[in-house]
Amino acid sequence: MEQKNSIGLVKSSIFKSNQHLDLESGQRIDSYELIYETYGTLNKKKNNAILICHALSGNHHVAGRYSKNDKYPGWWDNLVGPGKAVDTNKFFVIGVNNLGGSDGSTGPKSINPKTKKIWGSTFPIITVKDWVTSQSHLMDFLGIDKLAGVLGGSLGGMQSLQWSIQYPEKIANSIIIAAAPNLTAQNIAFNEVARQSIITDPDFKNGDFYQSKKLPKRGLRIARMLGHITYLSNDVMGEKFGRKKVNKKQSPAFNFKTEFEIESYLNYQGDKFANEFDANSYIRMTKALDYYDPAKGKLANLSKVLKKAKANFLVISFTSDWRFSSDRSKEIVKGLLDNKINVSYAELSAVSGHDAFLMNDEHYHKIIKSYFQKIFKQL
Amino acid sequence: MKNFNPKKRYDFSVIEGWIDHNAKVLDLGCGDGMLLNYLNVHKNTTGFGIEKNKDNWLLSLQNGVDVIQMDLESGLAGFENNSFDVVILSRTIQSMRNIESIMKEMQRVAKVIIVTFPNFGYWKNRLQILKGGMPISKELPFSWFNTPNIHLCTIHDFDTFCNSHKIKVIERHIITDQKAITFYPNLFGALALYKLVKK
Repeated sequence: MEQKNSIGLVKSSIFKSNQHLDLESGQRIDSYELIYETYGTLNKKKNNAILICHALSGNHHVAGRYSKNDKYPGWWDNLVGPGKAVDTNKFFVIGVNNLGGSDGSTGPKSINPKTKKIWGSTFPIITVKDWVTSQSHLMDFLGIDKLAGVLGGSLGGMQSLQWSIQYPEKIANSIIIAAAPNLTAQNIAFNEVARQSIITDPDFKNGDFYQSKKLPKRGLRIARMLGHITYLSNDVMGEKFGRKKVNKKQSPAFNFKTEFEIESYLNYQGDKFANEFDANSYIRMTKALDYYDPAKGKLANLSKVLKKAKANFLVISFTSDWRFSSDRSKEIVKGLLDNKINVSYAELSAVSGHDAFLMNDEHYHKIIKSYFQKIFKQL
Repeated sequence: MKNFNPKKRYDFSVIEGWIDHNAKVLDLGCGDGMLLNYLNVHKNTTGFGIEKNKDNWLLSLQNGVDVIQMDLESGLAGFENNSFDVVILSRTIQSMRNIESIMKEMQRVAKVIIVTFPNFGYWKNRLQILKGGMPISKELPFSWFNTPNIHLCTIHDFDTFCNSHKIKVIERHIITDQKAITFYPNLFGALALYKLVKK
């Protein structure tokens, strides 16, 4: 399955940190592993590295395929590759699975080296700040003193913002897409429903379900279905599914089997996710989202917090995104403008909703391409 | 709106002359960003462009300018008082709905205001109206039915406006075809450039 401008076949690597990590929660992790992938080549000056931070359910597999028969490429393959917006002929691109994640980095389903048992319910809650700290350890390991850019959408955008505050000397450009400086009550509410659906699943067993044969799939699939509803706009859902039915028969079946296409879509997405993702990771990731608030709830504080930032910024929002609305991105822009920090801000009218940041929209990708060309010129 | 030939930069050089080195500049309706780019290169200025149109926004970014996508009609809420040395409204005022409020906002965010606009009193415009049609020219390239320009004015009108709105004119430069016009500017000037401050 040869694709145009694809990075091709890729492999993951493991970074083993023997450095302990003091977490925001006060807990400590003595050692940990991060799974990561890199694309392109680190130049001699080691200044062309781009870190891509993932959102709630993403991982380190950003681009390329693991085998020729691999059905799907990495989750941001439409953006990252040779000649693409984030051009791997120019940049050394790093994707990493966050600590506590579900795809190979140390997380709830890993063995706790102290007890020699699966962490399960005892795995700590990791925050955005903790992630950024662990990512900086990976950069140290790779010999990168300063990243040319940190790029992320949604929760990934929050990590990019956090990098600019936490390590102002180590980041030249922060690219923040469909993100916010903190979550709204409505967003926390959605996360709580997702968590409750997992926690109250009898198979969840308070998070210690790994020894039993049954995974808490019911809760996880409902959480994912809810997520998917909120990631799309009403318009795009209407356009994609409308009231279409799976069987073209329009007469109602008068039972509870899947009938409408939107039901089928959500069930498919829910099942797929429940088979792949770790329930403990999911509830912890949503907590990281809820807790993130560098300005401690006050808009004025954001300007103060951003005073430290030295990066140049690109902020992008989508008008149809109702989970991370344009107004929330504008708060970040305002905080940057107050400090006279270089920032460009684009408000795109893509109709897809929050998921628009992953879509293959020509204008959107042109913006990122142009910005990355600018970064390249500055190297 | 601003697809003028970037090689002909007489108005750029006039504006350049009005701006100090290292000034912080805000360009409202920055179009393709060429003016800001020119000022950054020649005067080492820093600052932002504001542009609503997505294609122009992208051109500005590609021309090396930091650009914020927003609608000027909703004000400059994101910008603090006196946060810029100079604010520019170049070839944009004639397409804005609420002139009084944007002029107030410009006075709020910067000390010096630069406004440029096509002079509707230019003789070629007058002649076309005399002939019975709405004027179409290099500075006003649209037909009446598709023009974004809803608030056209003459140099005389703008002087009166400044006077009645407590705005002081520090400098005024009138141009036609890349040449300065001093003789009956309201009749022979195609483009007017103003440097203004609060009274």
